[in-house]
Amino acid sequence: MKPPEFDYVAPNSVDDAIKALGSDLEAKVLAGGQSLIPLLAFRLAGPSLLVDLARVDGLDHITDEGDRLVIGAMTRQRRVERDPLVADRCPLLAESLRHVGHPQIRSRGTIGGSVAHADPAAELPGVVLALGGRVHVTGPAGNRTIEAEELFQGFLSTSIADGEILTAVEVPASGPRTGWSVVEVARRPGDYALCGALCQLQLDDSGTVVDAHLGLIGVGDRPMRAHAVEAAVLGGASPSEAAELAPDGLRPGSDVHASSDYRLHLATVTSRRALTQALERAA
Amino acid sequence: MATHLIKVEVNGEAYERTVPPRLLLSDFLRHELHLTGTHVGCEHGVCGACTVQLDGQGVRSCLLFAVQADGSAIKTVEGLAAGDDLHPLQAAFSAAHALQCGFCTPGFLMTIDSMLDEFATMTEPEIREALSGNICRCTGYQGIVEAVKATVASHSQEGR
Ligand SMILES: Cc1cc2nc3c(=O)[nH]c(=O)nc-3n(C[C@H](O)[C@H](O)[C@H](O)COP(=O)(O)OP(=O)(O)OC[C@H]3O[C@@H](n4cnc5c(N)ncnc54)[C@H](O)[C@@H]3O)c2cc1C
Ligand code: FES
Ligand code: FES
Repeated sequence: MKPPEFDYVAPNSVDDAIKALGSDLEAKVLAGGQSLIPLLAFRLAGPSLLVDLARVDGLDHITDEGDRLVIGAMTRQRRVERDPLVADRCPLLAESLRHVGHPQIRSRGTIGGSVAHADPAAELPGVVLALGGRVHVTGPAGNRTIEAEELFQGFLSTSIADGEILTAVEVPASGPRTGWSVVEVARRPGDYALCGALCQLQLDDSGTVVDAHLGLIGVGDRPMRAHAVEAAVLGGASPSEAAELAPDGLRPGSDVHASSDYRLHLATVTSRRALTQALERAA
Repeated sequence: MATHLIKVEVNGEAYERTVPPRLLLSDFLRHELHLTGTHVGCEHGVCGACTVQLDGQGVRSCLLFAVQADGSAIKTVEGLAAGDDLHPLQAAFSAAHALQCGFCTPGFLMTIDSMLDEFATMTEPEIREALSGNICRCTGYQGIVEAVKATVASHSQEGR
């Protein structure tokens, strides 16, 4: 359970971090280490150089950009979870964080690290996908943004290229009459979810749903967006009717924790509960 | 592999040491500083036995390299009591029989101590959830939850 040997640098600027990453083909970014260090302990990763982003200037911030919130990659999960601005402008994000591991994990774990790691059962990638967010990355060729729909490419895999660094995560701020909900089934509190539903709905003055977001986690090789359910809700379907469509297009694997069929069942159950609670909160 | 000079403050005392990057903070505390109160159970982040405080926050010392802690203030279980006087949380653990073998205890104490203000406003299910990152394999959690409640109660009385 001891990590293998590696070299370590802790640069102060994004430019220096990119240079360090480019200097070594086997280099890897170290953020909060809450996923990477266990991988090292199990010797499932063996980088020759770790580039620690903890001392890089400008990556730890929560910025209100009016219709969007921009959160620096190295902002610790615990800070985001407790931030009043986030609670106000993106309550789905705030609530989802309480399901990420435990307080001691979140005091080290970062927003950027969780999104870059792209675990299919992780809450933050699911929220960014469900809300139609995007990430900012910087590499040797400069800056670019990647829409969430294009970001998640498969199990622990994203379209962030080797040598690039995720610098910020951007989510749309919620508007008036918006309700949200996070519903998960997990073996124990703090475990990765067997299945989870992340939902945000917006109503107009007459109480009609005018904006619907539903992300599902734990049911595939990446976070999924339940487009069929969203369309049904926008078309006036009730939570129970719409949730029946949640398994559409999903092919979850079976493992020691849950069978594929059980996960499909949970997709319907968690979707129904999340839609119901989000509607109640929006009303 | 290059080593690194780090400066940390542990329980109020300053230390300077040269460490290889792969040295875990848990091993640094136990093997370099001989502070063996911090226990190591799983060494991959799931049991919570190794919890210490880094700049006031509860963290798993097995998921942190010593080199990352450069410049930080660390508090371990050895820093809780004032000489022979138990910290109120330790006294509450003793009174509520919140330990048997004691292996998990340092991790629980450092977690709870880092979140006492938050515990003050929590319901019992919330307390249990906040403690879910620490695993105890012998005493069961009832006594631990009672010790938390007793500490929070006397804490808030003192504040009045
Ligand atoms: C016991 C336990 C329980 C957990 N439970 C949950 C859970 O229920 N839900 C959940 O979502 N997570 C859970 N986690 C994981 C936790 O959320 C991690 O914090 C998170 O996945 C990774 O964030 P990090 O900052 O620690 O990144 P690290 O571990 O440092 O990095 C993870 C990966 O991302 C890359 N990376 C990190 N930052 C960047 C960046 N800015 N640019 C490019 N690449 C980057 C790294 O190179 C590495 O490959 C758990 C962890 C533990 C130990
Ligand atoms: S030893 Fe660190 S969490 Fe188990
Ligand atoms: S008292 Fe023995 S593991 Fe908790």
